[in-house]
Amino acid sequence: MTGTALLFLVLGLGLIGWIAGRARAAAFVRSAKGGPRGTVNSLPYYHGWFVAICAIAPALVFMFIWQSISPALVTDMVLSAPAAADLPQEGFARAAILSEARAIAQGFQIAAFQNESEKLVPLYKSALAYYKLIGVAATLLLLFAGGAYAFTRLKPDFRARSKVERVVMFGLLVASLIAILTTLGIFASLIFESWRFFSMVSPFEFLFGTEWNPKSVVTPGADNGYGAIPLFWGTIFIGAIIAMIVAIPLGLMSAIFLTQYASATVRKWMKPILEILAGVPTVVYGYFAALTVAPAVRDFAVMLGFSNAASDNALAAGIVMGVMIIPLVSSMSDDSIAAVPNAMRDGSLAMGATKSETIKKVLLPAALPGVVGGVLLAVSRAIGETMIVVMAAGYTANLTANPFATITTVTVQIVALLTGDQDFGSPHTLAAFALGLALFVTTFFLNYVALRVVKKYREAYE
Amino acid sequence: MSEAMTEPTPTDWNGQIMQKRIARRYAAERRFKVMGFLAVALSTVFLAFLLFTMMGQGLRGFQRTEIAVDFDFPALTSGTTAAAISGPNADAALNSMDVPGIVELAVSQQYGDISEGLLTSGAAGNVRQMLMDNPGLVKSKQQLWLPVDSRLDVAFKRDGEPAAEQTVATLAQKDALRTGFNWTFLTGADATDPSAVGIWAAFKGSLMTMAITLMLAFPVGVLAALYLEEYAAKNKLTDLIEVSINNLAAVPSIIFGLLGLAVFLTMFGMPRSSALVGGLTLALMTMPVIVIAGRNAIKSVPPSIREAALGIGASPVQVVFHHVLPLALPGILTGTIIGMARALGETAPLLMIGMRAFIPAAPEGFTDATTALPVQIYLWSDEVNQGFVEKTSAAIIVLLIFLLGMNALAIYLRNRFETRW
Repeated sequence: MTGTALLFLVLGLGLIGWIAGRARAAAFVRSAKGGPRGTVNSLPYYHGWFVAICAIAPALVFMFIWQSISPALVTDMVLSAPAAADLPQEGFARAAILSEARAIAQGFQIAAFQNESEKLVPLYKSALAYYKLIGVAATLLLLFAGGAYAFTRLKPDFRARSKVERVVMFGLLVASLIAILTTLGIFASLIFESWRFFSMVSPFEFLFGTEWNPKSVVTPGADNGYGAIPLFWGTIFIGAIIAMIVAIPLGLMSAIFLTQYASATVRKWMKPILEILAGVPTVVYGYFAALTVAPAVRDFAVMLGFSNAASDNALAAGIVMGVMIIPLVSSMSDDSIAAVPNAMRDGSLAMGATKSETIKKVLLPAALPGVVGGVLLAVSRAIGETMIVVMAAGYTANLTANPFATITTVTVQIVALLTGDQDFGSPHTLAAFALGLALFVTTFFLNYVALRVVKKYREAYE
Repeated sequence: MSEAMTEPTPTDWNGQIMQKRIARRYAAERRFKVMGFLAVALSTVFLAFLLFTMMGQGLRGFQRTEIAVDFDFPALTSGTTAAAISGPNADAALNSMDVPGIVELAVSQQYGDISEGLLTSGAAGNVRQMLMDNPGLVKSKQQLWLPVDSRLDVAFKRDGEPAAEQTVATLAQKDALRTGFNWTFLTGADATDPSAVGIWAAFKGSLMTMAITLMLAFPVGVLAALYLEEYAAKNKLTDLIEVSINNLAAVPSIIFGLLGLAVFLTMFGMPRSSALVGGLTLALMTMPVIVIAGRNAIKSVPPSIREAALGIGASPVQVVFHHVLPLALPGILTGTIIGMARALGETAPLLMIGMRAFIPAAPEGFTDATTALPVQIYLWSDEVNQGFVEKTSAAIIVLLIFLLGMNALAIYLRNRFETRW
């Protein structure tokens, strides 16, 4: 029996428990005297839920625990068999043989590459079957025990509702804790892997080195080509400079035009069109940048006299990224301009200022903190953007301010480092996590500051 | 100063200086307005240009070039009868018939020295399927239209290599080429030959990934939103949850991919590149979006509803689940669809969990190695072969149509069910 089938069996039995509990409570209601519900404390379906929860919850918890401990038990059982005695003692070869034998026994792999693992397959098969049987039996036992216990507790005055509601509240709390758990998971995995990386490569080299040419075998103390400054520069140049040169004027002016000048009809049509720009997947932008924009930019650069312009130039990636960001800047500016009190605008207009003078001299200065917050969010979004730069910008680290040259970014290198060898402990893989940590910390900081600025600004006018 | 105070001269609005100044100010006003209009227009033009480019290239990807091949079946199959290749044993009978050999022979008989590399690699499979569907074909001579090789396909549709162009010209003279609808593209899987690729496998992978994402992110997101909006006490824990959710909503997607790699693949040892791991990773990414949308929807349910329910004796849990949640559901669903649309277009986290391999078959289960639609677009965009350009754009069209559909559904839901209080 597979895990999925067992899961469905458990849920199906839970449903039967629900029906049984509800039927029993309905019988209480029928036999009770006085009033439509008589002296029964809770509605029948709460009794049903009580039985179902008591039956399913322990069984599911057990299944989860069993899933995580049974592999170790299986391995122990295989190793204690006499056939396993002549396995190599050395860790890596031993683990390889064991995992291969296990894969064959489970049907993931068809034939063995190592002779030793062939012998262990039947052992594994019997051990797996043995523990699976125990697991299924114990799950069902728990299920029936829980269900039976709950069923016997049902009485007309049993407070099923408050019990069920307590479980519901617990479920709500657990669901919200998942957000914390995810954040912790990100933090822990990034820090842990970066720690392993920095035990091989010095953090000093990583943070201040100017040469990015990562070697797969590192020698402690020597220069291993893990200087991330060119990547940081490339990320800032594409995401925070070129993209913002495109996104800030266009986004801000779009917001001003749509909120201050456009008629209601134009606004109704143009706002969703701008939002489509935000909904286009980044892989589409990346393809467009690589296929259409980049060659055009290169031709333009050659026309200007930059004969060495690269086809995977920074400018194309930056421009397309800027366009992607326009809706974000526009909607943030829109919100902050709308939050400026009308009295300020009316006052300026009453003094004889034209609309554009009012916008430039009154609305924008008043809305500036909100706009700045929006721009910070946009920068954080741009430097974390992956697909556009992976497809349109290059893989060569280059410490230059020439927008027609190939420049690589942090996200591109994360993708590149995880493409090659897939050994999890290699310096390449770990370097990707170190870069991820740098990216996470930067975006976290930017988001935090941006949200603070925006919040403070909103409070100022409320 | 004091002189001016005592004897104010009224501004001469009709004077030349004042008129000039006003004209200048109005000109500045017009310039500013035009600049605003240009900003909007430029963004729109860019979008239109993007869509137009994708359409222009992509529509060709739904077409294929076919070539007429005459099959003298009685001679080629040495008199196999229709009865032999129909019924329950059809599969085995066709296998023993050596369809690829027959196709090769038929093509070389008809086209002689240019027959080499004329047909796409999947052509024999097409013939086999035709025989399977219609065994009566083997009784007589038949002319079948088969898809041509990618080089010729490119040459027939637009400019290709000189050699291919020459072959196409020869064939076109004989009237042996036509353009047909590329069904393989909608039903097939990834292949090395661009004329034999299809998006069904990637699409199915995307659907399975999305199913996992929805199953996890929707309940968790809605429950978390209900807790934070309706029950959470104002304390440190609640603040921490709120900060986490707001932060997670802005974390770059690639970081979620790293989390998936470190936790789901390495720590839990889940199968690489599977819909299960992809769905889990995207669920973590989508959940905060649903929480934030859900909280806004719940917030907009007026307190009078809650008070009325409490007043007639509902418990706090009943108030929320019987009254607040149903009223907030349209808003929550709208947010969920938008979050799912974002997850559907997401590529980077899926690359991190290993979805970048060449997988020539559709996944059967949630733990099978699979690819997803945006990942497939990325992989095809990396191919050197010219034939992949139109396939990439065609896949993009399919992806965009789906995203547009999802967003339209969200807008419809919002307009149809949203109550203004």
